[in-house]
Amino acid sequence: MAELEGIYTIWLRETKRYIRYRSRILTSVVTPLLWLLIFGTGLGSVIRFGGIPGGYKAFIYPGIIGQTILFTAVFSGVSVIIDRQYGFLKEILVAPITRPSIVFGKALGISTGSLIQGVILLFLSFVVGVQMTPLIFVASIGLIILISIGLAGLGLLIASFTDSMEGFNLIMSFIVLPMFLLSGALFPVIGLPSVLQAAVYLDPLTYGVDALRQVILGHGALPLYLSTIVVALFAVATILASAYLFSKREQELM
Amino acid sequence: MEYIIETHDITKKYNDFTAVNSINLKVPKNSVYGVLGPNGAGKTTLISMLCTILYPTSGTATVNGYDIVKNPKDVRKSIGVVFQSRSLDDILTGREHLEMHASLYGVPSEVRKERIEEVLDLIALGEKADQYVKTYSGGMKRRLEIGRGLIHHPEVLILDEPTLGLDPQTRESIWKYVNELNKKEDITVLMTTHYMEEADKLCDEVAIMNLGNIITADSPINLKRELKADTITIRVDKADKFIQEAEKLDFIKEIFRIDSEIKLMVERGENLVAEVVNFANNNKIFVNSIELEHPNLEDVFIKYTGTTIADGG
Ligand SMILES: Nc1ncnc2c1ncn2[C@@H]1O[C@H](COP(=O)(O)OP(=O)(O)OP(=O)(O)O)[C@@H](O)[C@H]1O
Ligand SMILES: [Mg+2]
Repeated sequence: MAELEGIYTIWLRETKRYIRYRSRILTSVVTPLLWLLIFGTGLGSVIRFGGIPGGYKAFIYPGIIGQTILFTAVFSGVSVIIDRQYGFLKEILVAPITRPSIVFGKALGISTGSLIQGVILLFLSFVVGVQMTPLIFVASIGLIILISIGLAGLGLLIASFTDSMEGFNLIMSFIVLPMFLLSGALFPVIGLPSVLQAAVYLDPLTYGVDALRQVILGHGALPLYLSTIVVALFAVATILASAYLFSKREQELM
Repeated sequence: MEYIIETHDITKKYNDFTAVNSINLKVPKNSVYGVLGPNGAGKTTLISMLCTILYPTSGTATVNGYDIVKNPKDVRKSIGVVFQSRSLDDILTGREHLEMHASLYGVPSEVRKERIEEVLDLIALGEKADQYVKTYSGGMKRRLEIGRGLIHHPEVLILDEPTLGLDPQTRESIWKYVNELNKKEDITVLMTTHYMEEADKLCDEVAIMNLGNIITADSPINLKRELKADTITIRVDKADKFIQEAEKLDFIKEIFRIDSEIKLMVERGENLVAEVVNFANNNKIFVNSIELEHPNLEDVFIKYTGTTIADGG
């Protein structure tokens, strides 16, 4: 009981933080729109993209949702570093709740923030000419939650190893950007050179994007059940790993 | 005497450097206990171990009967902590900090509201309680942190340098607050400081810490008494005669004359003031004024370490 309340409390704080930084919500909606409208329209006009109504813009729409969740969730997870620098993490760590509860609460809070953004983007589907039905909407929300929990877990995992925001650019260049570019958000993942193909399938985000594309456009490289299972396993793995690391490394987190 | 905190040879080493060196402290229940020492003495390191966020390299401690290594969760439930460095979230309001703390510590929801009002009253944030913490002054932030540490009615309140960086007025109000709290509630206060005055005014018992060691621990009065050097400052109408006669008194260790003031170095001056006045009267010397000064803790620190607290460490 006490642990549940602890998880709820951490979730609440994380969500409040997300909602109160309005500029963050704004940029997190504007950035994907820029991708869709400028990149999608621009590249879409020079390449022929048959088979999908709405063309290239529609094709990258699920990918851009994935990208938005990726950036929000990983960086919110990494924001534990900021909590540590501002000392607030101490207040949480000295409370009588277990470290895994802290990780769960954080991940759920981050997932809530990602979900808000995802929902806004789902409502904007008309921009790229994609038909939204209640079923697609609900299924997408389920996937967004799963994907964001996994990525939040990844962010928390990184945070438990990183001492300062100096590592931020490294994380950006070596983890977040490659994950985005390899995920098939911007190109089909079938028929690639074999090295690239292998890298694409090593990227957990590939499965998230593919599942979203399958649900939203009815178009995917993998069966939906398979990609969903991979996304779910990734979430379980990162959350368990960061819960374990937070318990193990609590001293270093101070 | 019942002790609420006991440390047993508690030690913390950072690589080869010993920050806390085999310390044995006993903090009596319901007292205000001070750890006084210069920068780098190891105060924060000691406190961090007691609130379970730092593992000792060796040795251990009990807080409220719970072992800090074996039962960290019970220890955490028993304590309220105010860290030396700020631990607030700018984007939450004061009230939200208190609410959050109450639920993290499992304060029953029936009493939660009442507790929060009680604490808000105590820390006198007024309207600011519902504004973001980033709009608070340093003193308000500190008061909020102290108040927050009290929400769950801990057995022990741990304050690491509670008044560091505050103006004298805010400092006094925090002293008063801690004092009243200790009288009203069943609470033990363990605090660190490097202000002599703070330790002197606030603490029932003071441990003097330097370079990772506790040098001595006792009540401020006893610590100062050990120096055996109270000063009685007296003004009389016939100074020369007084000095001449007073030299025969064996309880006076030394006599200085500074202009019209005569300073007598004695032990346990409080018992001697009347005697000195009588002595003057008997010798037909008129006493204009008499004043007793105890040595301060600074003098104690100097005696034990050979440096002042500002230069220490
Ligand atoms: N993480 C650490 N790694 C290495 N040395 C450390 C670490 N933390 C503290 N120290 C060292 O331990 C000693 C004691 O530090 P501590 O913070 O406990 O002192 P303090 O008495 O609280 O000082 P202050 O009055 O400045 O707060 C210092 O010499 C400090 O440099
Ligand atoms: Mg300190």
